[in-house]
Amino acid sequence: MSTLKVKIWRGEEDGEFQSFEVPARENQTILDVVTEVQRQQEPGLSYRFACRVGVCGSCAMTVNGKPRWTCRTHINAVAKDGEITIEPLRNMPVIKDLTCDMTDFFQKWQKAGGTFKGTVTRKDKVVTIPPSSPKRQKADAGIECINCAVCYAACDTVNWDSEYLGPAALNRAWTLVNDERVGNQKEVLDKAIGDNGCSSCHSQGNCTASCPVGLSPSQSIHGLKRMSLLSFLGTEV
Amino acid sequence: MARSNKAARNHTSYWASIGHRLSGLALAAFIPVHFYVLSLAANDTGALDGFLALADQPLFKIGEWGLVVLLVIHMSFGIRVLILEFLPWRHGKDGRTNLVWVGCIAALIIGVYFLVRAV
Amino acid sequence: MDRMLFVLQRLTALLLLPLIIGHLIVILYAVKGGLTSAEILARTQGSLWWGLFYGLFVVAVAIHAPIGLRNILKEWTPLSRVASGWLSLAFGLVLLWLGARAIQGVVL
Ligand code: SF4
Ligand code: SF4
Ligand code: FES
Repeated sequence: MSTLKVKIWRGEEDGEFQSFEVPARENQTILDVVTEVQRQQEPGLSYRFACRVGVCGSCAMTVNGKPRWTCRTHINAVAKDGEITIEPLRNMPVIKDLTCDMTDFFQKWQKAGGTFKGTVTRKDKVVTIPPSSPKRQKADAGIECINCAVCYAACDTVNWDSEYLGPAALNRAWTLVNDERVGNQKEVLDKAIGDNGCSSCHSQGNCTASCPVGLSPSQSIHGLKRMSLLSFLGTEV
Repeated sequence: MARSNKAARNHTSYWASIGHRLSGLALAAFIPVHFYVLSLAANDTGALDGFLALADQPLFKIGEWGLVVLLVIHMSFGIRVLILEFLPWRHGKDGRTNLVWVGCIAALIIGVYFLVRAV
Repeated sequence: MDRMLFVLQRLTALLLLPLIIGHLIVILYAVKGGLTSAEILARTQGSLWWGLFYGLFVVAVAIHAPIGLRNILKEWTPLSRVASGWLSLAFGLVLLWLGARAIQGVVL
C-alpha cells in the first residue's frame, strides 16, 4: 500500500514540523489523516473537530499553505506528490499543535455588532418576511456562515493589522443590517463602518476565494462600504 | 512562527490589490519630485529647461514611461475597486475579476503609445 | 476616522478619474518631439482653466495619496495607527505646498 508523507506542526508559536507516514487510502480527508496520526502514532497531538460533516466549523487548519475545513477536504484534492503539510490557522495565536486561540476572532464579532437584538418577544406574533424581498435575499446570501475562521486566516489585511475586524465579523454585520427583525441596525452599521471596520478591507478577496461554504464575505463588505459612502452623502440606504 | 498563506493569496484579485498598492506607493514617491521640478519654472526657466534636457536621456524616458504606465495601472485598478464597492454585485463570485485584465491591457496600450510618440 | 478617510479617498478617486485622463491626454500630446519649458509655459501661463484644472488636481492628490500612505504605514511598518496618521498628514501638507509652488510656477 502506498503511503502519504504528512508534516504536522508541533508546539506553540515556537515549534517545528514533525513528519509522519500514513497509509494512502481511497477515501480519506485531511481530518481522517490527522485522526489516524493521533490514534496510531502520536497520542499527544492536539487538534479540534466535532461534526466531521462541515457543519460545526471547528476543524479548520492550514493545509499546504491554504486554510481549509479539513473534514470536507479530500486528500486527493490537495496532496502534492503524496505530501501534505498541516499547520494551525494563521492570524491567531497557537495554543498547541493544530489548535489556536480564537478569542480575538469571536470578540471581533461582538465589536462589529454581531449579537442579534430583536424587536419582539416570544409572546408577539411571528413577523412574516417574504424570502423574495431584496433585503432578505442579501441577508440570506451571507447567513450560512459556520464560524470556521478560514476567511479570517486567509485575509492578509488581518495579518497586517491585528485590529481589523475581518471578513467573518463584517459578513455577520451585513446580514444583520439587512435583517428586518433586527432592532438596532443603526448601531450595528455604525460599528461595522467605524474604525477597523469595512474601511480597512482592500478587496483582495482572499476570504471569498477560501470560504468553504461558498459565501462571499468580500461581497458583504462591499455592501457595507456602499452603505458607508451613501449614508455619508446623505442618501437613505 | 510565520504560517504560510501562499496558496490562499494566489488569485487575480489579490495580485491586483498588491499592484494597486505598489503603483500608488511609487506614484506617491514620484509626485513630490514632479511638483518640485515644475516649481523651478517659477523663477528660473533655465533650471527647468536644464532638467527637461536631462529628462530627454533614454534612461529618463524609460522612467517617464514607467510612470505613465504606473498611473494607468493605478487608475484602472482603482476603477476596479470603485466598481466592486459601489455597484451592487450580481452574485458572490461574479466575473469582475476580469476587470484586472482590462486594466493591465489599458496600461499596456497607453504605455506603447507613449513610447511610440516619445521616441 | 477610518470611515471619514475611506469616504474622502473614494470621492477624490472619482474626482481624479477625469483629471488623470485629461492629464494623460496632455502628456501624450505634449511629449511628441521632446519637452521644453517654453512649450509648457505657453500652454499654461496665465490660463484660468489650466490653473483650476491643476489646482483641483493638486488638492485631490494631496488628500488621496496620504490616505493610502497611512494604510501602508499602518500595515507594513511597525508604526502605530496614530503615528501613521500624523506622518501621512505631514506628507499631505508637503504635497499641498509643493503642488501650490508648481502651479505658481507654471500658471502664474
Ligand atoms: S476582501 Fe477584505 S476581508 Fe476579504 S480577504 Fe480581502 S481584505 Fe480581507
Ligand atoms: S464566512 Fe465562510 S470562511 Fe468565513 S467563517 Fe464563515 S464559513 Fe468560515
Ligand atoms: S468538523 Fe465540523 S466542520 Fe469540520
